[in-house]
Amino acid sequence: MAKRLDLKDVDIYYGDFHAVQNVNLSVPPRSVTSFIGPSGCGKSTVLRTLNRMHEEIPGARVEGQIQLDGEDIYARGSDAVAVRRTIGMVFQRPNPFPTMSIRDNVVAGLKLQGVRDKKKLDEVCEASLRGANLWKEVSGRLDKPGGGLSGGQQQRLCIARAIAVQPDVLLMDEPCSALDPISTLAIEDLIGDLKKDYTIVIVTHNMQQAARVSDQTAFFNLEATGKPGHLVEIDDTEKIFSNPTERETEDYISGRFG
Amino acid sequence: MTPDGDEADPNTVSERTTQRAPSDDPETRDRPSGSATMASVTETKPPSTGSSRTTSGGVGERVFRGLTTGSGLVVVAAIALIGLFLVVQAVPSLLANNANFLTSPDFNTSDAGNLRFGIRDLLAVTLLSSLMALAIAMPIGMGIALFLTQYTPARLARPFSYVIGLLAAVPSIVFGLWGILVLAPAIEPIAQFLQTYLGWFFLFAPGNLPVLTGTIFTGGIVLAIMILPIITATTREVFAQTPRFQIEAAQALGATRWEVIRMAVLPYGRSGFIAASMLGLGRALGETIAVLIVIRTATSPSHLSLFDGGATFASKIAAAASEFSQPLPTGAYIAAGLVLFVLTFVVNALARVVAGGKVNG
Repeated sequence: MAKRLDLKDVDIYYGDFHAVQNVNLSVPPRSVTSFIGPSGCGKSTVLRTLNRMHEEIPGARVEGQIQLDGEDIYARGSDAVAVRRTIGMVFQRPNPFPTMSIRDNVVAGLKLQGVRDKKKLDEVCEASLRGANLWKEVSGRLDKPGGGLSGGQQQRLCIARAIAVQPDVLLMDEPCSALDPISTLAIEDLIGDLKKDYTIVIVTHNMQQAARVSDQTAFFNLEATGKPGHLVEIDDTEKIFSNPTERETEDYISGRFG
Repeated sequence: MTPDGDEADPNTVSERTTQRAPSDDPETRDRPSGSATMASVTETKPPSTGSSRTTSGGVGERVFRGLTTGSGLVVVAAIALIGLFLVVQAVPSLLANNANFLTSPDFNTSDAGNLRFGIRDLLAVTLLSSLMALAIAMPIGMGIALFLTQYTPARLARPFSYVIGLLAAVPSIVFGLWGILVLAPAIEPIAQFLQTYLGWFFLFAPGNLPVLTGTIFTGGIVLAIMILPIITATTREVFAQTPRFQIEAAQALGATRWEVIRMAVLPYGRSGFIAASMLGLGRALGETIAVLIVIRTATSPSHLSLFDGGATFASKIAAAASEFSQPLPTGAYIAAGLVLFVLTFVVNALARVVAGGKVNG
């Protein structure tokens, strides 16, 4: 539960294309780390290497080390499926399984791990939905399909699904970009609650959101299109948004680019 | 790259067209002749972008609409006329029939004064061979579609799909020749095995043929190969359209390849797969020449065994086609054709119902 992540000299390639260059950063447990930066700077790419989701793209590969509490998740003998069972992910677009009931959606990960005990599944279902601030809204219709919920509710259902397996780390790839402001607020509140138990990494395009939810912020940038993205700096969120070390960061957060 | 973004487009387009149609109708009624109406349109209709577009392209617009409507009506009319033709031709023979049309296993039209024909065995052979083909082709078709969309890299999947497509291009007559000359002797040991050990089950019981080649069993396999490309091609299309974000949802939970298929691909493609199978079934029900060549005619009634011989609706009609001279015996075959016509209609309607029950809204 709630492990720390360390990235050491990480380089990411798509075939011949060098997508992200030399990233070094640490994510402490029980905290929220946000990745910000312009489109194409590689922040989502870095996020996807943290649970090896990038491997689904042919030709993608990672150099360097990504350690979960000191253990390399790319070590020989560890496989992507196992990594993803301990590092959960929430996506930009809410993606509950449309034909599954709300209950089955929440416990889908547990079922994959072979849990069959109905009592245990029901307990986890309730706890996860409560944890995702969704229990009150759906407790009366757990057998209805998850596709019938509103966008914000679907996203919280996806968060419930991700935390149901008690992941070591929770990755969020722009989790609010498809949601209205009220649903966004609900998710941001939820992130604040979740960080008591989980290590959270969130990619966001919304700098106010990064400032509101995260403890530390990493700013990524790229010199030009076609060049690899890189980590400019990572620091306490307060410092990044008030007095960043790098000039590049200050230009970006104050709206002056380049 | 983003299949999810494309989903909305066809819907919006079709909505727009359906909304347009009724608003255009009154115009057509108001203006029976083409040339003298320009003025009346501008008077009666408030100037809006829609009406000005209709006035500027008025003639072309109407001609084109007429052409498309006409094309649509031709299909409906053709089906209605075929149905009408079948009914009109069949009724006198059905009235003159001295056997029960639905339950008699005989199809005896040699004496025009004493017609004795029934479709029991035709229906049995048609359904047994087609359903057997479906039972074989459905799992294999799904397997190929999954292999092509989930397990094969794109550069291999493409040529492989072409090969499957080629299977659809092989003429029926070739399938028929291959079925009776190559396949039938080759699978005789399997048929023998099934009959020896599973003969207690009615499908594998001894049939009404003295041999085990050229049975419904052989025909079913030939039909399965013939409908495989139809099922595979459609199913592959549907599976390939599984939204990326659905697949990622399963992957991010730590699903293996097969679990991704079970959680995301199959629920999404289920209705499309069933619809594809129904299309295949329709093809199998109507297949004529391959069945005519492969399945031997039988002299005694069907035992409802896969090792029966006999004829399907289509092969029975084709076999007798050269003797259609007297109206009453001919009408008997047309009545059989009518049943096949209705049967394929029912299958198509079923396919529509299943495919209409969309999984993803």
